[in-house]
Amino acid sequence: MQAWLDTLVVLLILTNLRLVGSSRLFACVRTVAVQGLLLGLLPVLVQWNTLTWRPALLAAGSTFLKAGVFPWLLRRAVRDVGLRREVDPVVGYSTSLLITMGLLGVTLYLGQRLPPAGLFESQLMTPVAIFTILVGLFLIVARRTAVMQVLGYLAMENGIYAFGMALAVEEPVLVELGILLDVFMGVFVMGIAIFNISREFDHIDTDRLSVLKD
Amino acid sequence: MIWALLLVPALSGLVAFFLRSDGLRRTLLVLATAAHSALVITAWLTAPDCSAMGGWLALDAAGILFLGITSALFLAGALYAIGYLSEEGQHHRTDIEEGFLFKNYPEATFTGCLLLFLSTMTLVAVAQHVGLLWVGVEATTLTTAPLIYFHRHHRSLEAAWKYLLICSVGIGLALLGNFFLAAATAKFQAGHPLHLVFPELVEHARDLDPTWLRAGFLMVLVGYGTKMGLAPLHTWLPDAHSEAPSVVSALLSGALLNCAFLAILRMHGVLVAAGLGAFSQDLLVMFGLVSMTLAAFFIVGQLDFKRMLAYSSVEHVGILALGVGLGGVAGVGSMLHAVNHSLTKGALFLAAGNILAAYRTKSTREVRGVVSVLPVTGVLWVAGFLAITGTPPFGVFQSELMILKGAVDAGRLWVAALYLLLLGVVFVGMARIVIRMAYGHPAGLKGLKETGGWSATTGGRREARWSIVPPMLLGAAVLGLGLYVPPVLQDLIEAAAAALGAKG
Repeated sequence: MQAWLDTLVVLLILTNLRLVGSSRLFACVRTVAVQGLLLGLLPVLVQWNTLTWRPALLAAGSTFLKAGVFPWLLRRAVRDVGLRREVDPVVGYSTSLLITMGLLGVTLYLGQRLPPAGLFESQLMTPVAIFTILVGLFLIVARRTAVMQVLGYLAMENGIYAFGMALAVEEPVLVELGILLDVFMGVFVMGIAIFNISREFDHIDTDRLSVLKD
Repeated sequence: MIWALLLVPALSGLVAFFLRSDGLRRTLLVLATAAHSALVITAWLTAPDCSAMGGWLALDAAGILFLGITSALFLAGALYAIGYLSEEGQHHRTDIEEGFLFKNYPEATFTGCLLLFLSTMTLVAVAQHVGLLWVGVEATTLTTAPLIYFHRHHRSLEAAWKYLLICSVGIGLALLGNFFLAAATAKFQAGHPLHLVFPELVEHARDLDPTWLRAGFLMVLVGYGTKMGLAPLHTWLPDAHSEAPSVVSALLSGALLNCAFLAILRMHGVLVAAGLGAFSQDLLVMFGLVSMTLAAFFIVGQLDFKRMLAYSSVEHVGILALGVGLGGVAGVGSMLHAVNHSLTKGALFLAAGNILAAYRTKSTREVRGVVSVLPVTGVLWVAGFLAITGTPPFGVFQSELMILKGAVDAGRLWVAALYLLLLGVVFVGMARIVIRMAYGHPAGLKGLKETGGWSATTGGRREARWSIVPPMLLGAAVLGLGLYVPPVLQDLIEAAAAALGAKG
């Protein structure tokens, strides 16, 4: 099991790198979907021997949302907008990759020094979860298009979810469902907002939303 | 009881989405909020100490206090909204700043979201489980985003987008904080796991891991602090408050910020019980002073009167955090201040809405002579300004004095001096703007001509009853609280402050 887990964690790192390094919006939407799928597999692998129906169902539900519904919603938004790539990001793609590699190094280094918590077997899990959160935050500030910012938000949410798993936090089903519902509604409302932004402005560059200031 | 509190607004909100008739929908809005208020008052006076779902939802003193504020403000807002909505209509309208045409969001969506907003805030107030609290706070963000985008044009869209993204990210960090808190209970997992319910956490606080607990509080403070509008995390707040309809601004300022504050306070209570009170108090004092300073800078010379009120909210949120951070009398003062600030700010935003409707501008330079054009609103505007800046005999004066006393009692004279200085700066800054707006000669103003609101011969116009009664009631309540705090409320505030560790 350990080998599988480590493979998954490494794949998680790779999805993050692709997310930061790619300019094509459809590819990025797909990458976030893959990330959701990987995260859905994780709890199944972690609790392989003691798996009960409850976490399995929850994992299935969250995978369905993150790998199925969100990508579908975002893909529709991208198609409506008619924009295929982010041409001119705030931070260039090579610089972004370099920064991300730096973040990965720092989180791995810090990960060794964190107080041990939870029952997770893979040492990589906690630092990679934090890495994913940071990548999400980085995307939100370093990209102009609203779609990429929503993807950043989703990556951050994925990272937080992975972190909860790394700490073996067992949220009650109801709370877990509530969180999923909120994230779903969040992406839904953001999707509507993107549609409205593109209709109102003919673009979805959020840095040009700058009328309101002091 | 709790279920009724949650479900009455939630179900009527869902119904409102599908009601075709405007009249029926508006009646439903008022009936649902009135029923909610009645339920809150019953819960408060009879103190049934009810809980549901095995203690995950419970009405404690703090919950009732913040729920009471929310409900009172919502009732005033609902009454105002009826007149406001019939005035707005569904036809195309000209934008007041740039002159383009735009259409409002459908009224059914507006009313539905308003009621769902009330329901989600009720959830925040009664949630005792860390996770449910998070769910509630995030849900308030999602239900208010369409409200901010009621006037469908590019500025309100910009405000709604900023609000949605900044608050969602912030609240995401609070979820991380919840996980840290869960990690702090790792010790219990072997034997019998600890439920992440606040009373239980407070009870076992001493056995929690202090490092994780500190990290958790930090994340929760930053996360919910974004929602509460603590500087430097407040960047969404002035935009959202200035672009949203005035009713929504009143509710955001008066009710929503308090709910986020309650979420931080519950966590603070756990830290105080764990003996880490000094850590969280220092952070709160720091954030409080930073917020007050920043707000003072932006209030002086502000050109948009709704933004001025928004920055005033940032200032008062800072005062709330400062009061709890100082502890003792200041903590109790802070609870009282939450009540006073909400009522005053609600009245001010509703009055600002009236001014905006008559003058068709948000610029402080193009509004003159409110007192002669809109006699009642003008008086409310000046009285509200005096109240919010802490002039006696209004309630805000008393609560701000208690916070000052707390600072002096704690021997933190520098904090007290800075606090007084900043209050003074805000007073002068707001006085310059408000007094000029209220007095002077209104002739020849561009916006007034368009609405035909004032003429030299007939003077001011008659104000609609719906537009002046709700802010007058709120204003009267603040005045009343300044003269006499009823013992029932006093007890409630004391109990809430004690339970949340604000006295610590």
